[in-house]
Amino acid sequence: MTGFIVRRVGQMLLALLGVSVVVFALIHLVPGDPVRIAMGTRFDQEVYEALRARAGLDRPLVTQYLSWLARAVVGDLGVSFRSGAPVTELVWQRLPATMTLAGAALLVAIVVGVPLGIISAVRSGSKLDYTASALSQVGVSVPDFWAAVMYILVFSLTLGWLPASGYVSLWADPVGWLRHLILPALSVGLVSGSIVFRFVRSAVLEALNQDYTRTARAKGLSRRQVLIGHVLPNAWIPIVTVIGLQLGFLLGGVVVVEIVFAWPGIGRLAFLAIGDRDITVLQGTVLYIAFMFLLINLLVDIIYGWLDPRVRYD
Amino acid sequence: MTDTAAATESTQPVAHRSRLQMTVSTVFRNRLAVSGLLVLAVLILVAIFAPWIAPYGVNELNVPSRLEGPSLAHPFGTDNLGRDVLSRVVVASRVSLQVGFIAVGIALALGVPVGLIAGYYGGRIDSILMRIMDVLFSVPAIVLAIAILATLGPGIFNAMIAIGIVYTPIFARITRGSVLSLREAVFVRAARSLGATDGRILGTHVLPNVIAPVIVQTSLSLAFAILAEAALSFLGLGVQPPDPAWGRMLSEGRGFFQQAPWMAIFPGLAILVTVMSFNFVGDGLRDALDPQQRSVIESRGVA
Repeated sequence: MTGFIVRRVGQMLLALLGVSVVVFALIHLVPGDPVRIAMGTRFDQEVYEALRARAGLDRPLVTQYLSWLARAVVGDLGVSFRSGAPVTELVWQRLPATMTLAGAALLVAIVVGVPLGIISAVRSGSKLDYTASALSQVGVSVPDFWAAVMYILVFSLTLGWLPASGYVSLWADPVGWLRHLILPALSVGLVSGSIVFRFVRSAVLEALNQDYTRTARAKGLSRRQVLIGHVLPNAWIPIVTVIGLQLGFLLGGVVVVEIVFAWPGIGRLAFLAIGDRDITVLQGTVLYIAFMFLLINLLVDIIYGWLDPRVRYD
Repeated sequence: MTDTAAATESTQPVAHRSRLQMTVSTVFRNRLAVSGLLVLAVLILVAIFAPWIAPYGVNELNVPSRLEGPSLAHPFGTDNLGRDVLSRVVVASRVSLQVGFIAVGIALALGVPVGLIAGYYGGRIDSILMRIMDVLFSVPAIVLAIAILATLGPGIFNAMIAIGIVYTPIFARITRGSVLSLREAVFVRAARSLGATDGRILGTHVLPNVIAPVIVQTSLSLAFAILAEAALSFLGLGVQPPDPAWGRMLSEGRGFFQQAPWMAIFPGLAILVTVMSFNFVGDGLRDALDPQQRSVIESRGVA
């Protein structure tokens, strides 16, 4: 197990190194001088040269990359060309909002997808199974940002139940926090929930059709005993995997939905950075999102290896 | 086709029917896949003949009748500039399908050769190629596409490239996985011992045998490519105004939500129907060609 974890951590670091090359390349592939573009009309020769030197744009590429990487490792991602604020600080300020939304969306996905998937599989062919499966087809095909727009239309503008956008801190106003969280979390969570549902349903169905399930029934166990003692433990491994994979997908959805709801997370930060041509901020956000994504995948793999020893000997 | 024929077919493959015929008949027995195919056929016809089908010009302004609700003259209503929403939805289908097909074409053209070479040669080439694919897989698809577009600049052409690059690793992985199991197959070794070149072995012996999962993935990737294009256009990074695109129309409609919800509803429905059709066809193809695969979950799982 230790060898497996070490190997996976090594692979993750290698991938992260690759991402750092891609992210670094961003700044140098952009046509024109990023500092000059970011400063726009507020151009000032002194500030311009200071920013360029700060970003090390006057040195050879490899040197630039290595020094950028060395600083990135200790958490220094440079300063925003726009505001002059340190990128790491900007990202960390917005990280809690993104994590909150991703966590809430994952909760929605699990609470909706797992129980419905199990019930649909156990009662496969029933009306409930049929309805849930049809809805999941819509769920996997619907654009999350459109769902977001439709929820706002129905629940905010028409019914007036929930706020259409914005964010309040949990500590300042817990009720307001929850009210602002519901619609964004549903927008991302129900799409993921549909995918989780389909996966859980097929995993449980597969386990239900195994010989050991029939044997367990034949030796006189009740349906409930078979489900809890034999079917679910075997369906569990693929379910954990897909939930982990969903977290990565969720991050992508969160980025887009944050923009619709003016949710102050890193997705919105990245989006605004594109508009401002603020390349250092964009680099920082992509790097952090990739880091989170890889970390989640690593955790999923380790849990997977722990649940299913066969995986460790790949 | 009768039911008895269908029942016996799965257990006893009939010798005189080709694999293609069996695949086609399996797909056609799947009602969802057939309805998906029909909708797609209609969509493609609409896209081809869009300028003739659309009742009004896409940028035909008619300010006096702006923000009008659905009526006989304007079945999907009019937008904030008095443009006919139906006409814009119809013409935008061109962009969506075009971006979808070309982006997936790029992903296929890059990913399949990478997977073939990595799987066939193995060793160091395999490690290097697949580590590069891992890097592309290390960023959520939409975030990577946004980053690529931020670098290349917004626009429909760059959106195709960005989406194509983002979906390349999926094809590389699927192809490589299938090739690995074939590398030491008897017919491959036979071809090699007869002196066939690597190119010939890959092209005429290996490729046809790995094509099934690739076809399934192509259909499912088309669905995701169209979703991705809509998201990018929604964020203002894809199709640029005044050209209509479903994602773009949605974001333009947001500002007029309360007066004109139809501006956002109909483009979204168009995306939903298109994506759903590709998913139905993809699921049907998977059941026919590759029952073991769970690609819809996996491919969207990494999106």
